[in-house]
Amino acid sequence: MENSKQFVHKGVVYSITTLLLIPILATFIYSLSSSWGATILPDGFTFKWYSSLLTDPRFLDAFGRSLFICIASLLLATLLVLPMIFVVFYYYPKLDKVMNLLILLPFAVPPVVSSVGLLQLYANSSFQLVGTPWILIGTYFTIALPFMYRAIANSFTAINLKDLIDAAHLLGATTTKAFLLIILPNLKKGLLASLFLSFSFLLGEFVFANILVGTRYETLQIYLYNMRQTSGHFTSALVMTYFAFIFLSTWLASRLTRGNNQ
Amino acid sequence: MNTDRIVQQDQRKQDIKKTRVFSKLANYKPILWFIPFAFFFYLFQIAPMIWVFINSFVYEGKWSLENYHEIFNSSFILQSFHNSVWISFWSSLIGLLIAALLVSSLRHLNSRIKEAIIAFTNMSSNFAGVPLAFAFIIILGTNGAVTLLLKQWGIIEDFNLYSRWGLLTLYIYFQIPLGALLLYPAFDALKKDAYEAAALLGASSFRYWIKIGFPILSPALLGTFIILFANAIGAYASVYALTSGNYNMVTIRVASLVSGDLFLEPNLAAAISVVLMLLLAFITAINQWLISRSYYGK
Repeated sequence: MENSKQFVHKGVVYSITTLLLIPILATFIYSLSSSWGATILPDGFTFKWYSSLLTDPRFLDAFGRSLFICIASLLLATLLVLPMIFVVFYYYPKLDKVMNLLILLPFAVPPVVSSVGLLQLYANSSFQLVGTPWILIGTYFTIALPFMYRAIANSFTAINLKDLIDAAHLLGATTTKAFLLIILPNLKKGLLASLFLSFSFLLGEFVFANILVGTRYETLQIYLYNMRQTSGHFTSALVMTYFAFIFLSTWLASRLTRGNNQ
Repeated sequence: MNTDRIVQQDQRKQDIKKTRVFSKLANYKPILWFIPFAFFFYLFQIAPMIWVFINSFVYEGKWSLENYHEIFNSSFILQSFHNSVWISFWSSLIGLLIAALLVSSLRHLNSRIKEAIIAFTNMSSNFAGVPLAFAFIIILGTNGAVTLLLKQWGIIEDFNLYSRWGLLTLYIYFQIPLGALLLYPAFDALKKDAYEAAALLGASSFRYWIKIGFPILSPALLGTFIILFANAIGAYASVYALTSGNYNMVTIRVASLVSGDLFLEPNLAAAISVVLMLLLAFITAINQWLISRSYYGK
């Protein structure tokens, strides 16, 4: 009885997982096959799609641009969010509720809606924003905000913030010094996990990049979209390369959070 | 002499007042750390929303409801709403059911498999947008391997990935991992004792789910449904990549009105955006009402 039930549960889990795995697996096989026409199985295997992708300067440029935007926006988000959360938790703990509502906004407002306003507000500003990476860095900060706020706020509740700072004050440290030398090392894991998680979202961001900037500053996703007319094998290799990076950063994020719980 | 003393006293009083004001200001010094955050958040999140709201009521430079009139008189825009709501509703419902099935079975497996599956769903929740659309073209396109396989087995006659059914399949695919991640913690509320007690009293598995399992989970299910719905109705990249913007959906309409090749009408796009947000708010309100009515939501 117990065994047969276990069998059913395993069957359910494995079949749904297989269903989710099919597109990823198929893309992987497609990226390795020399040709796969109107048949169920491919004709032969080759690495040529990967080698032609990795030697395409346009791909390398796009990838570099994506990395630059993601890292810059995560840096900006860290600089803005970290002191803000510290002030919330140390001086005004009641504000946490307000912040939890505010950070829902980037979730609740679809990027397409935000980009309508962004485009009109900054298309004719004296400082050129639309069509440059700068506007993406600003908007990506809002995308990363909810994840970073939640993760860092969780780390803050896990430590005895008041006691730690008070002890540092007693020993003669200023609040800034206490924050940098005592609080920050305690937050490291939570912060890094949220950064890797946000990185995997930002690398896959397409809506803002397409509407606000487009081909004027070709990021990885825009490059992927523009390559849709070329060989499907080539785009598959591209998708798999992108997915490898997603895999790496989500894996790092989950490792860090697991280490945090122990 | 006397007046001198009074002046001195006044001076001292003022000094005390000044230091008080300063120390009060010093109390507010930590607020300064909010300013850079607030500045960027306003610039890239709040200001665009305000622009959208205000300008949805502006038509050719004058205050008017003309943009909204246009929406409700244009069968093309109404069709985009109909398509978006249809796909969002069904993909959320089916995605939620599959995710619930996955999570409820997952709880019975050993922790190593559990962790691996959770890690996998976590990762596949990032497999969305343009890359997902491409993967679907490869497997379910006209010459896709799965399409050919299903045709050979005689299960389907023809499958058009670029139609509403194709899009629905794609949407369900990206709803499942998200639904599973959101539902996973909620299933902790189901205690094994309750199931065993029900079984002892002679309830079948089905009866347990209808009478105990489902009522306990209903707030979480409703809450997850609304997140999936919002996720689907705001989705843009996957439809755009799959159909090059040819399938009529709300997000496609909005984007083409602000960044298309011809007929830019940002104010009409703003009005459509406001209607979309109202629709989301309305559905969230119904959802909250349902949750508050359910016994376990209290």
